[in-house]
Order: sequence, then structure tokens, then C-alpha cells
Amino acid sequence: MDCNEAIHQIYHYLDGVLTDESRAAIARHLDFCPPCSGGYHFEVELRVLIARKCHDEVPADLRHRIAEAIGHELPPEPTV
Amino acid sequence: MPFMGPLYSAALRMTRNPTDAEDLVQETYLRAYRGFEGFKEGTNLKAWLYRILTNTYINQYRAAKRRPDQVDLDDVEDLYLYRRLGGAEAAAAGRSPETEVLERMPESDVKEAVESLPEQFRMAVLLADVEGFAYKEIAEILDIPIGTVMSRLHRGRKLLQKRLWDYAVENGLATGTGPVR
Repeated sequence: MDCNEAIHQIYHYLDGVLTDESRAAIARHLDFCPPCSGGYHFEVELRVLIARKCHDEVPADLRHRIAEAIGHELPPEPTV
Repeated sequence: MPFMGPLYSAALRMTRNPTDAEDLVQETYLRAYRGFEGFKEGTNLKAWLYRILTNTYINQYRAAKRRPDQVDLDDVEDLYLYRRLGGAEAAAAGRSPETEVLERMPESDVKEAVESLPEQFRMAVLLADVEGFAYKEIAEILDIPIGTVMSRLHRGRKLLQKRLWDYAVENGLATGTGPVR
């Protein structure tokens, strides 16, 4: 497998959707190719970073409103 | 209330408007409670809630269904961002790739970059890369074939990398003439 083939499949590799055989071939390539391995690790970190930076705090008021709205929908539950 | 944090964040990325996002999340939980008998025990509760969120968004908050956005991605190659940040050179020289440039990028810019994606790409990228859903789950949530999920993700990720790079250059976190190999 050459660099182009490996990089072309890197997202499928990351997404865990390749056959065992393809996975093994890419893993072997990454083991011996620092630039591709660097690219792979960059993509892994990038994904974590995007997910982390796309976090928002739920406004307390919204939690409260939803709890109230659902409270109106349901018959009162027996208290424990 | 399970998953409210991630659902609220996803709603913000979808509607791009805090008031609409709050209404969307509230409506989602109400529908989930009303339709809870439709939830099959042992299936993925998070995926089920996202499906309700997505459907509610599409039906109520999105403008009339438009044709798929046309985006030209011919000039966006694999590992677009990595190459521009000099990663391959750094790796070859035994240094770590330059994720710290992105680390310094303000949350607001990353959110804006995601929100700037055309809707179809945005939804796929959100569900896969922010929420960690598998292709099959995304296909079920968005009610599209797996092949469509894959192509939207492919294009959405490329476009997101391009937008992140543009923000990094605009904010002086990177110089526009980064090494490209």
C-alpha cells in the first residue's frame, strides 16, 4: 500500500468501517510511514478538538422549562 | 433529562439561533415523552432522541426544503488542514503535528466554522464527528442511505477543514502560505 491509498482511506479507517484486512494493511503502512502516521494522528486529534470546542452549557432556565412542560404532560408520579 | 447537553449543542449548530435552539430542544423532549412507547427497549436512546430532534428541526425550523447546496471542493485535497499546518514536515522532522494552532482557536470560531457548512453536510459532520454516531445510526437518524451519509461526510469534513484554515489565517494563527506537499 502506498501513501495515496492509505490517506485516501484514512477516514474510513478512523470511522472503523473497513474490513479487517484493509485495516491491517493501513495499520502496517502507518507503522512505517511517519508523515502518514502524523496525518492520521492529526485527524484523530482534530476530531476530538472539534467535538470539545462545540460544547455549550444548557441554560438553567431551559432545564427548568422542560421539566415543567413534561410535568404538565404526565400524570403525577407516586413520590418515592 | 438524559443527553440534554449534547442535544442543546446540536440544536444550536442546526438552528444557529439560541431562541430557536431552546424551543427545538423543548419540543424534542415533549415529543419523546409523548411517543415513548415508540421507543424499543434495548435500542439506542441517544440515537432515538437525535432522530426526533432532527425531524422536528426539519419540519418546523428549517426553511422550505432546498436543493442540495452546490459546493466546489475540487481544490480541497485529503489532509487539507494537516498539510497546510506543516504537519508532514513536522512529523518527518520528529516534531509533533501542529494541533496547537487549532488548540488556540477560540470556541466561537470552531462553532462558526461548523455552522457555516451547508445544512446537509453540517448535519452529517455534527452527528459523526461531534456526537460520535456510526454511519448506520446517522443513516437512520437522517433517513438517508449509508452511501449518502458517507459522501456527505466526506464533503462536509473537507469543507470544514477549509473553513477552519480560513479562520486560522484570518485570525493570524497561521500564515496563508503554509507548506503544502
